[in-house]
This record gives sequence, C-alpha cells and structure tokens, in this order.
Amino acid sequence: MGRLWALLLLLCATPASAQEEVVAGLSQNSVALTVNFEGSEILIFGAVRRDGVIPDGPLDVIVTVEGPPQEATIWRKARRAGIWMNTESQEVRAAPSFYAVASTAPLAQILSPEADLDYRISTRLAIFEARSSVEVSDPAAFTEALIRIRQNDGLYQEGQSPVALERDTLFTTRITLPKNIVEGSYAARIFLLREGTVIDERETFIEVRKAVLERWLYSLAYDQPALYGLLSLFVAAFFGWGASALFRLIRS
Amino acid sequence: MQIYLPIAETSVNAFTLLGVGGGVGLLSGMFGVGGGFLITPLLFFIGVPPPVAVATGVNQVVASSISGVLAHLKRKTVDLPMGWVLLAGGLVGSVIGIWFFNLMSRLGQIDLIVQLSYVIFLGIIGAMMFNESLRALMRTRSGTAPRRKRHTHLWVHNLPLKMKFRASGLYISVFPPLLVGVGVGILAAIMGVGGGFILVPAMIYLLGMPTKVVIGTSLFQVTFVAAFTTMMHAITNQTVDVMLAVFLIIGGVVGAQIGTRVGLKLGAEQLRILLALLVLAVCGKIAFDLLWPPAEVYSISVAGGA
Repeated sequence: MGRLWALLLLLCATPASAQEEVVAGLSQNSVALTVNFEGSEILIFGAVRRDGVIPDGPLDVIVTVEGPPQEATIWRKARRAGIWMNTESQEVRAAPSFYAVASTAPLAQILSPEADLDYRISTRLAIFEARSSVEVSDPAAFTEALIRIRQNDGLYQEGQSPVALERDTLFTTRITLPKNIVEGSYAARIFLLREGTVIDERETFIEVRKAVLERWLYSLAYDQPALYGLLSLFVAAFFGWGASALFRLIRS
Repeated sequence: MQIYLPIAETSVNAFTLLGVGGGVGLLSGMFGVGGGFLITPLLFFIGVPPPVAVATGVNQVVASSISGVLAHLKRKTVDLPMGWVLLAGGLVGSVIGIWFFNLMSRLGQIDLIVQLSYVIFLGIIGAMMFNESLRALMRTRSGTAPRRKRHTHLWVHNLPLKMKFRASGLYISVFPPLLVGVGVGILAAIMGVGGGFILVPAMIYLLGMPTKVVIGTSLFQVTFVAAFTTMMHAITNQTVDVMLAVFLIIGGVVGAQIGTRVGLKLGAEQLRILLALLVLAVCGKIAFDLLWPPAEVYSISVAGGA
C-alpha cells in the first residue's frame, strides 16, 4: 500500500490537466511456468490523476487481462447409434486463451453497449467467430459453450474479482492466473469510465513464459521434432534399462 | 506436488502420475503384461488429452520392454527372422495407424476412435482372461491337467513366399506374420499400446510358434514398433510429453520390480481374475462415458500448439 500512496503524492504534485487520467502498475510483469506451477495471482493497482476537485457522478474502473488469442474449433456431441460423438462444429477465428474482467460494479451497470463494442471489453466481444461454413442451426450456442467451458476451467473470469476503488482515486484488483494457462504475452487493459463511457485507457503487458527446461523441451518438440523424438526414446531406454540394471545390482 | 507438463500444457499431481505408473508397473510385473493398455486410459481419466496420452503411452512402452528384450536376446529366446518380419509389418501398420490417427484428429473424431478401440479391445481381452482364469481355477480344483492343442497347419500358412523360421521350427508363408505385424502396428499407433496382448495369442494360435520364443520375439517387435511410433507421433503431432513419460517410467519400473516378486509369492489364478475384472472395469468406465449423456456436449479443440 505504501507504494500506492507514494504514487498518489506524486500525482498530486504534477501540474493540473483538464481531464481525468489513469495510471497503473502490476505486482509482477512476468510469470514463469515452472515444473511446479500451480497458478499465480497478479495484483493490478493504480490511481486516477486529475486536477482540482473530483467531478460529480459515479466513477468506475474496469480491468481486463487477455491471454494470447488462439484459433479453435468448438464441437457439439449428439447421440448417433447410441454413442455420443462430435457431430457439429463451429470455427472460432480468435478466442483469447485467457480472459478476465474485473470491475467496480457489474459490467451491465457501468458500461454502455456502444463503449463495449468500441473497446471489446465483455468476454462475449473478446471472441471473434468465423463465418459459419456449415449449416449450424444455432451458432451462438457454440460461443456460449466456449465461454461456459473456459469459465469452469477458470480461464474466463467475469465479475469474479471486484475492483476496489478508494476515494474515487486509488484502485486495486487481483487477477488469478490458473495453472492451465498457456505462455505468451498477456495484455492488461485498465479503463476509466464515467456514465458508461470510457474516458481513459491504459495498456500494459504481463509476460508468461515457460521456465528454462520446459521452454527448451517445448521449442525442441516443435522446432526439432525428430530430435525431440530421439530424446524421448533415449530417456525411455535409459530409465527402462537403467532401472532394471540397478535393481539387478541391488539384488546381487 | 503439481508437475507442469510442457507438451500437454497443464499441471498434474506428481504422485498421481507415479501412482498410475507404479500401479500399472506392479500389475505388469505380477502378470507379465505390458500395461500400455491400462496406462493410456488411466491418463484419460486424470485429464491428459487423449492424443498426448496415446503418444506418451507408446513412449512408456519402450521403457517397460527394453530391458526384457535385452534379456531375451542374451538368452537367445528371440526368433530373429520372425522378429524382423513382424517388425516390417509393424512399421507399415504404424504408418497406417498414424495416418488414420491424424485424419481422425482433423475430423474431430480421434477421442471417439481411441475410446471405441479401448472398449472393444479391453472388453474382448477382459472377457477372455476372465473366462480363462475361471476355467483354470476350476481345473486346479478338479485336479485335471490342461491339454495343449498341437499346432495345426492353416491354409494361410501355405500362401506363397515361404520362409524358414529355424528357432520356431516353422516353414510358412511370410504373409501371416506380416499381417499380424501390421495389425499390431496399427493398434500401437492408435491406442498407444505395445500390442503384446494381441501379438502373443496370435503368435501361439495363428502362427503356431513354440512358447519358448514367443515372449522374446513379441518383446523384440513391440519395442521397435513402439520406438518407431513414438518418433512418428513426435514428428507429425508433437504430442509426446517427455516430462509425463519420465514420471510414468519411474513409477513403472519400481512397480514392476515389486510386482515381479509379489507375483512369485501369490496364487496367480485368483490374481488373474482380479486383473481381468480391472480390465473389464476400465472398459466399462470408457463405455459408460460414450453411452451416458455427457454433462457437457460441447468441447473445444485448439488449433495446433499455442
């Protein structure tokens, strides 16, 4: 908290400007996916910088954290010959691998639909569907399912973590990155809103990287698959043969 | 303790993995089965994506069979010409299996195909083992010794391209062993198993090989086909998770050592019935998942890699 107050003091000392601006920071800019990674919590904090008195009307803050987008196919199962199998699918051009929205109040109360469309803040608008190529009766159900499944996995979060706003000036929120996140650059966006419209926006990044060994194995698997295959075989042969040789040694 | 799997891109409890490896190793040591047919479905149950479970399962087969094949080679209980013929068929089968696997992945049906294969094969194997061990149990009670049927020449053995397999004492066409090899190779690629559970009965009953060379020769074929299939999965799908494999292998080798000793002390027939029931239970669980209306009818597949 001391850091926040220092930030506030600094802001008060700066010369006056006409509008309100948002300044933000992160508790950490990088997350390492180590062997024993169990998820991580990011503290996002900041302050509203303004001159003179606080204008009237409610002030709101929305924080979004967005993981690298992925192409995906959503499948729907149906019963065929007694067996549940994938029968229909819908392509998604880009869906964030992780998406969290935190806000001072429920989005519907503080964000106008127009602003949501402009800034693509709600989870639904962060997903870009491909035009349905096959005849699917209800394409919207597929996107809803994508959101529902990822919400259950903790990958999409909306309205779960509140943004605490103190004296219309200082705000903090915590975003939980679950253990099943992918690596990449995660964009944290902070929106300042008055009466449904966005008056200022900031963007900053969190780098999620696999730790050295995991990074190395992953790139080897994709860049040098033959070498990676040989490595897997060597590991298997070494442990398989080595362990039984060791046990023979112990027994004799 | 959670372990982050770099290829599966998720965290799994390390002790669960060691437990799966160890438990299956224990069973394979006790009964002399490879255990691949249990490892892969158990990995599905703990949330490893089926393609990764299959590819890593087949990598684990290499580890669990390599010391066996070395021991048999030393004891000269491998029919090498037969092994090479089976292996040639196995490589062809593996290529076919991988092609089919990748085709089904693109069509979104690979999970279904893998699960269906498991239901069918585990069902057959489990039922056969259960039946066999029940009869053996009854035989030991009634005290009559089992009668082994002698090898009979089937028409398939008289196809062209006959070859002499000295160690097996056979002079038969190469087509039956080639085809058996192809079948086992396909299973290895699709199911992530060694295929010993199909290969051993096929060698005894179909090819008529003497039991003293069956285990060594099947291990020889299984090891190399599994190694080749691992390479194919690694190159075409990038689904072999070496971190996952290490934990399964460590659990597996320790379990197998304990299992071998336990197996020597305990009454085999009752245990064999338990194994049969376990196989049927795994089969039943997968079948149930296919037949029961799923809690979530939608699923997401993310396009290759992150």
